[in-house]
Amino acid sequence: MQNDEAKALQLCFSCVITLVIAAAVVIASFAYLPLGPGRLFSREAGGEMLEFFLSFFPPDLSAGHVRKTAWAAVETLAVSAVGTLLAAVGGLLLCLPASGRYGWAPRALARGLLNLLRSVPELVWAALMVLAAGLGPFAGVLALGLHTTGVLGRLFAEALENTPKEPAAALLGVGASPALAFVYGTLPGVAPQLLAYTLYRWEMNIRMAAILGFVGAGGLGQMLYYELSLFHQAQAATVIGAMLLLSVAVDAASAVARRGLARAYA
Amino acid sequence: MNPQSLPDRDPDALRRATLLLAGMLVLWPLLVVSQFRPAALFEPGNLAAMGHFLKGFLPPEVSVGFLGLLVKAMLETLAIATAGVTLALLVAAPLAFAMTHSLSVSRIGPGPGRLRGEVLRGAVRLLLVVLRGIPELVWALVFVRALGLGPAAGVLALAITYGGMLGKVYAEILESGDTRPARALRQKRRSPPRSGRVAALLYGLVPGAVQELVSYTIYRWECAIRASVVMGFVGAGGLGQLMDQAMKMLNGGEAATILIVFLLLVLLADAISAWLRRQLA
Repeated sequence: MQNDEAKALQLCFSCVITLVIAAAVVIASFAYLPLGPGRLFSREAGGEMLEFFLSFFPPDLSAGHVRKTAWAAVETLAVSAVGTLLAAVGGLLLCLPASGRYGWAPRALARGLLNLLRSVPELVWAALMVLAAGLGPFAGVLALGLHTTGVLGRLFAEALENTPKEPAAALLGVGASPALAFVYGTLPGVAPQLLAYTLYRWEMNIRMAAILGFVGAGGLGQMLYYELSLFHQAQAATVIGAMLLLSVAVDAASAVARRGLARAYA
Repeated sequence: MNPQSLPDRDPDALRRATLLLAGMLVLWPLLVVSQFRPAALFEPGNLAAMGHFLKGFLPPEVSVGFLGLLVKAMLETLAIATAGVTLALLVAAPLAFAMTHSLSVSRIGPGPGRLRGEVLRGAVRLLLVVLRGIPELVWALVFVRALGLGPAAGVLALAITYGGMLGKVYAEILESGDTRPARALRQKRRSPPRSGRVAALLYGLVPGAVQELVSYTIYRWECAIRASVVMGFVGAGGLGQLMDQAMKMLNGGEAATILIVFLLLVLLADAISAWLRRQLA
């Protein structure tokens, strides 16, 4: 009993220290930023903000603008799909060396490349790709493709490393070529997992593709950036609404798909 | 081995070919819409721009003046993430509190407060969808128009989007644990009298879930650092804004240094967050 109490006291001491440090970091953060409570939360600033937000309403729902927004949403979907497909192909190519099939040197090299691709955010890739390929949705496709290749390549490599080796070994044993042994011995086992990873990333990429346009990579983002730059708030509100709709629809579709899959596996 | 013992044709060939063809048919319009044109990469104008920019990457810019600027931007990024998550916490806590089902008395059956409770929970759920359904980058862009360039836009954008995400996940965590203590506390009885919602939350739900709640918050802080860098691209301060400027001026050396610092910052945040969460477990 005594011991437990002493332990509890000790624990509380360390949690108090942690809390104090956390509070200090938070206070320092607010102090460091030129926020000024007067600037954000004063009545005047609040009024200005309210006025600005009200200028977004009502959204522009004229047929022409809605058609333009819908087309941008289609473009966003296309960018996300092609980008994810590109990444699935790239990830599949890079996951072979990254899973250690060709020895440790290619493995380390491939893993390094995947890490680099993955740690640069999509938006930074997009800014770079706009330089490399010009303005437009193609830059978005490349940006999504590069970042997602890094993510998928690593996930694929881990899936390959964890899959049983016996089927492929058996095929090799009866004289199949290594490529055929991979396609018929290894791939069928990991394919559902690879597909699940790819679909999951596609879901994330749809959301991401909607904002990549801010740096000029097409789709809803480019439209929103353009409308906001011209202070067309009503038109911008329609685009934001479309983004929200897209995000909710993707959420719902993925929930339905997941439930379907769960039932299929049950 | 005897080749005759293996079928000489892929038994599944027809199905595979059909699937491949169908895939191509779907892919074609997508490629057209996304203006898929790899040749664009090799146009002389684009090659020159990219080549010039990449040539500038080496050597990375390391002059003292620039490094000073960089350290300031880095601190700003960290401060934006921390302040943003703190505000998000203030947004999320009451919303999660309102949404948690097991704290509600009216859920048990038809009664005077039932409709009001359902309507309130539905409204909060909808609010959370709107808050997190619009990406933080869009909020940041909007707030930059309203408040001007600088970190304030980033902090508010994080507060809103992450408030929505944290609120939803908090409510889910609170619901997924053992809710019996909270429900017992909320039960009507003579003595001791029924506990209030706040007491039921603090004594019935939080003790079982606190570890997961804190762990998720720390994870979100880590995400917020990445997000605050990205938000800089629309003018919300920090490293991202610096990187955006360097890219617009095609200053490869500066861009290279900022990229390296960004990668180090993300690694550091990863390590801190992993360490903190290990301490909790």
